[in-house]
Formats: sequence, structure tokens, C-alpha cells
Amino acid sequence: MLKKLSLAVAMTTGLVTGAHAAGGAGEVTNYDFSFEGPFGTFDEAQLQRGLQVYTEVCSACHGLRYVPFRTLTDLGYSEEQVRAYAAQFEVYDEIEEDFREAAPTDHFPMSQLENAPDLSLMAKARAGFHGPYGTGLNQLFKGMGGAEYIASLNTGYTGGEKEEAGVFLYENTAYGGYLAMAQQLYDDGIEYADGTPATIEQQAKDVAAFLMWTAEPKLVDRKQVGFLAVFFLSVLSVLLYLTNKRIWANVKNKD
Amino acid sequence: MAGIPHDHYEPKSSGEKWLHKRLPIVGLLYDTLMIPTPKNLNWMWIWGIVLTFCLALQIVTGIVLAMHYTPHVNEAFASVEHIMRNVNGGYMLRYLHSNGASLFFLAVYLHIFRGLYYGSYKAPREVTWIIGMIIYLAMMGTAFMGYVLPWGQMSFWGATVITGLFGAIPGIGESIQTWLLGGPSVDNATLTRFFSLHYLLPFVIAGLVILHIWAFHTTGNNNPTGVEVRRTSKEEAEKDTLSFWPYFVIKDLFALALIMVVFFAVVGFMPNYLGHPDNYIEANALATPAHIVPEWYFLPFYAILRAFDNTVWIVQLTTFITGGIIDAKFFGVLAMFGAIAVMALAPWLDTSTVRSGRYRPMFKWWFALLVVDFIVLMWVGAMPAEGIYPVIALIASTYWFAYFLVILPLLGVLEKPTERPETIEADFAASHPPKSGTAGTVPGAAANPAE
Repeated sequence: MLKKLSLAVAMTTGLVTGAHAAGGAGEVTNYDFSFEGPFGTFDEAQLQRGLQVYTEVCSACHGLRYVPFRTLTDLGYSEEQVRAYAAQFEVYDEIEEDFREAAPTDHFPMSQLENAPDLSLMAKARAGFHGPYGTGLNQLFKGMGGAEYIASLNTGYTGGEKEEAGVFLYENTAYGGYLAMAQQLYDDGIEYADGTPATIEQQAKDVAAFLMWTAEPKLVDRKQVGFLAVFFLSVLSVLLYLTNKRIWANVKNKD
Repeated sequence: MAGIPHDHYEPKSSGEKWLHKRLPIVGLLYDTLMIPTPKNLNWMWIWGIVLTFCLALQIVTGIVLAMHYTPHVNEAFASVEHIMRNVNGGYMLRYLHSNGASLFFLAVYLHIFRGLYYGSYKAPREVTWIIGMIIYLAMMGTAFMGYVLPWGQMSFWGATVITGLFGAIPGIGESIQTWLLGGPSVDNATLTRFFSLHYLLPFVIAGLVILHIWAFHTTGNNNPTGVEVRRTSKEEAEKDTLSFWPYFVIKDLFALALIMVVFFAVVGFMPNYLGHPDNYIEANALATPAHIVPEWYFLPFYAILRAFDNTVWIVQLTTFITGGIIDAKFFGVLAMFGAIAVMALAPWLDTSTVRSGRYRPMFKWWFALLVVDFIVLMWVGAMPAEGIYPVIALIASTYWFAYFLVILPLLGVLEKPTERPETIEADFAASHPPKSGTAGTVPGAAANPAE
């Protein structure tokens, strides 16, 4: 179920460098994600697919500097699998003063390209479309955030190109203008380990979900705390309401 | 404490007597907790407790956060991520702290507007009001410096813009700005001093809160009628009041619990809703965000700051008269601080002898408009300063000043207040009539004690 929504995307040029035309109003699709709503949780299989998209596509340029490999166990991987996954990256060891295979205690590498922003927190940093009219109601009622933006950005290429100051820029409907990153996802561009058909949209949603996890790994824990707190505080409120009513009863001539 | 006559603490056991002779602290706590409180206080009188709770929440979560935070430009942003990812419960600590600031300001605005409507600022409570305004200023300073600590893009650029305000002061402005920042621009020296002051100021606020409470415990609470508690005898005073414990403690705790339900729902399910997404991008001195927007609770005054640009005639006139000393930038700064100053001066600007807005037929409407005005200012402060928005901001800012400087002084003369109840007891009895046809206890009440 997709609802096309026209949103004023308050794009911040941020780390994407100021070489291109400033982003205007873009279109963000309200994709459904499993982690939305008070009871939403991450879909492990989707996160694993998202990690695959990240590893095979995004990591060529982008980094995840705040994410330690060890946390990949949250995605359902065993410690051996995490160790093996980390080993395919090289990190600089400050003590040995040389590059070595990454261990689970290391973080993902930083971005490879200067103008490719780090993706660790992108799903929170790009939640900036407080529409409509700056009231933030879409976020409140539709649960729209950075994950929708990331998925829309990766499916939003029109194929339009232009050259500005020797740099190629690519038109994107979610961005609402031209941006420096070319389209990266293509149908069957990768082959999912779990056999899911790798359409552009599937890959875009999976990597967006994965980046939501990298930005907010404690999202599920937080919602559980929130639920417990709301439940117990509601019980406490009822008890205090009754206590208060009882105490005031004789004062208010209601005994 | 002077004021309303009531029973004071009497030490009974020999141990109590021993301590009371040497340090009457139990008596102080007893008198504070058992203070006679007007029995007709409505639900707008709960915000004081909510604010006290907020201060405690911010101090407790803040102290633990400071254990894990690194005040250095190269590590601040990463240390916040460390708190979010590695510290046990760190994500809750940080979200409670950042959303706690929002609750703090929501409560303080409701508290202030309560005071404005019911005339709580009027004699003899001017000192309470002034201390309250100083607390509010200290809160703004604390919140502003706290927002810089995560060292995100909005932290950095917000700090640049706001400290730049001081640079607008003619002559000495630049030196003041450099002194505040610890250098020519926002850098490590700024971060470390903001961290230090962000830790210090809450304790200053705690001290001011004690003064605030002391002041209104001396004068007694205001109440929705604005009619004073009778003080001629203890018997009369007791007809107007109830002791703070248990009546108002339980009432306030009930309200606080309800507010906590909503607060924890925000923290648990949408903790970043009130924050700016750009603050999840690390500070970068070379990339300016498209729109630099302060947190929501600063927006009304930010709107006033921006409203007075050099296309406004009064700004042009002032610039001309002062020979350019007060330019548009400095005028905006003066307007922003002036907006708070006129509010602080309300006790002397309001000429009406009637305290409560309940009995002021014209005042009611002007006050309602002020509330709308505040919300409009908040909204327009978040909008870019282009198109129709500066015009809206200017009109709304003008009304803010007009309310305090023109409307409040004039209403006291023009308005004919309606009849007020003789006593608080009478007001309370009018809204809580005795059950018809019952004298004494009602049978069946014991069977249904919760009602």
C-alpha cells in the first residue's frame, strides 16, 4: 500500500557539497516499514538483505563509522559469521601502525569518497521533511521519517543528467533536483542470499530499513521501555486519580 | 514563615526537641509541606510541581550523561553515539534528557501564562514573578548551551547565530562575542565552557527555585479568583485553605503521572520528533545548513528577533535618530530581550486592581489573543524569513509588545470588572454545592468509597 505524497523536503545540502543546485521540494513515498508504530520491530531478514545491499553497493563509497561490527549479531548472525564478515574489511591499526583485517570490535570503515556522507545516522539526519506547512503532521500520523526518504531517493532517479562545473549531476524526484550520486540500484543488480527478487524498490526498502537500524539500533528496546512505562504510569495515574478523589470527597461535599 | 495563620511544627519527643533547638530543619520541612493552600486552585496550578520534577529529571539524567560524554570538538559527536549505542540504557538517558528539556519549556510556558491570566504577578507577588523570570532566562541559557554539546550541525550553527547576537551590540559587541566563545569563532574553547556552564546553571536554577518557593510561601499562593486568603484568624484562614499535604500533593502527583504517560510515549515512540534532524550530522564549519532553526521553545523569541529588519519604519527611524548606533541587527536583539523584559515588568504595567482574568471581561479577549499570538510567533519562527512570513512575524511581534505596553496599562482604566466572590470559601462553595437534601453522612458512601 503506497501513498504518493507531495512533501516539501527541507533538504540540507549538508555533506553532499554545494556543487549542485540546492534541493527544492521533493517527493517522498510513504513506504511501509515493519518498525513503524508503537509495536513495530525490525524484520531480521530485511535487515540482512539491507546489509547485503550496503556491502555490495553502498560501501564502495559510503561508510558507517559509528557502527561496530559486533552489533551485527542483532541482525541474527552468529559470532563466527560476524567475524568472517568483518574480516573482509581492512582497518588501520594505530598500535601496529599498519592496516589489518577488521575484527568484530572494530567499526565499519569511514566513507571512501570525500563527498559521500557517512551513512550511520542518515536515517535520522534525513527525517527533515516536517510537512505539511512545517507542522510535522506527516511524521506524527504517517510515521514518515528518514527511512522513507532513503528508499524514495534510491527509487527516485528520472534518468535526467546535467553537467555543472565538470561534475555530472543526476535528477532525482525525492531530492527535488539534481544530486551528485548517480543511480546505484538496478533490477537484479545484486542476487539476494535468501532468494528474494531484487527489484529496485525491494533493494531500496531493504537498505533503508538497514540504515534505520544503523541509525537507531536500540529502536526496539526503546519502544519496549516506552510501552512498559506508559502501561505502568497509566496504572499509577488511575490509582492516584482514585486516591485524589477519595481525599477530596469530604471537602467537595461528595461523601 | 509569615503570612497565613496556621499550626506550626511542635517537637514532641526528646530527640525532636534536641534537634529542633539546634537546627529547626524538621520544622522548616513541616511548615513547607503543610502550608495552607487556597482550596479552589484549579488544574493550571499543577505546573510548579511538574517543573520541579523536570529540574530533578534533567539534573539526574544529565549527571549520568556527563559521565560518558567527552567535551571535545573531535569526540563530542562520537561520544553521544557511544552513549546511544554502548552505554547501558544510554539511549533512554539521552532521549529523556533531550525531551525533558521540551517538557520543561512546555510546563514553564503554561506556568507563565497561568500567572499572566490569573494576575499572579500582581502585588504582593512581584518578587516571585521576577525570580520566575530570572529562572526562565537561566533555563534558556542552560538549554541553549546544552543543545551545543552534541556538536551536530544545528548545535554549531545555532551557537554561531546566537553568540553573534552579542556581536551586534555597538562598540563592545565583538569583544563580548570573543569572550563568550573563547576565540574568534565557535570552537573547542566554546564547547568546553558551554559544557561547564551547562553543568553549573541547573544548580543556580535550583537555588532560584528555592527563593521562588520561599517568596510565594511568604505571600501565599494566588488562586483562580485572585481574592486573598483571610488572615484575621486561623479559623477563617482554614475555611479558605487546605494543607498542601495531602490535598495538593496527591492532586499534583496525579497530574504529573498523567503527563508522564504522554512524556514516556514521546520518548519511547517518537523521541526525535521535536528535535532537528540536522543535529545528526556532525558539526561542519564549512557547510551551512539551508535553514538554521532553534529548538521549538525558542521560536517565539527567535521570530521577534528576525521580525525587525531594516525595512520596518520604526527600525529606520531608530537607526536615523541614534546616528546608526542602533542598526537593524541590534534593534532585533533589543526587541528579543525586550520581549522578555516587558513580560517581567507586567506587575507594574498592569494597572487593573483586579487580579484574576476571570472577572475582567475585556482582558479575557486580549489575553486569549496573546496566547494565539505566542503560537503564531512559534510557528512563524520556524518558517524561512521570506515571502509573507516576515510580515506575519512583524504583526505578531507588535502585538506582543502592544499587549504589555499599551493594552495592560489602558485596560485598568477602561475596563469595568465583574463582581468577584467575597471569599475563597464562597467561590469554592459555589462550585461544590452540598448534596441536596442531605445533612451529615450519606448512607451507601462507605460501600462505594472510590466515588
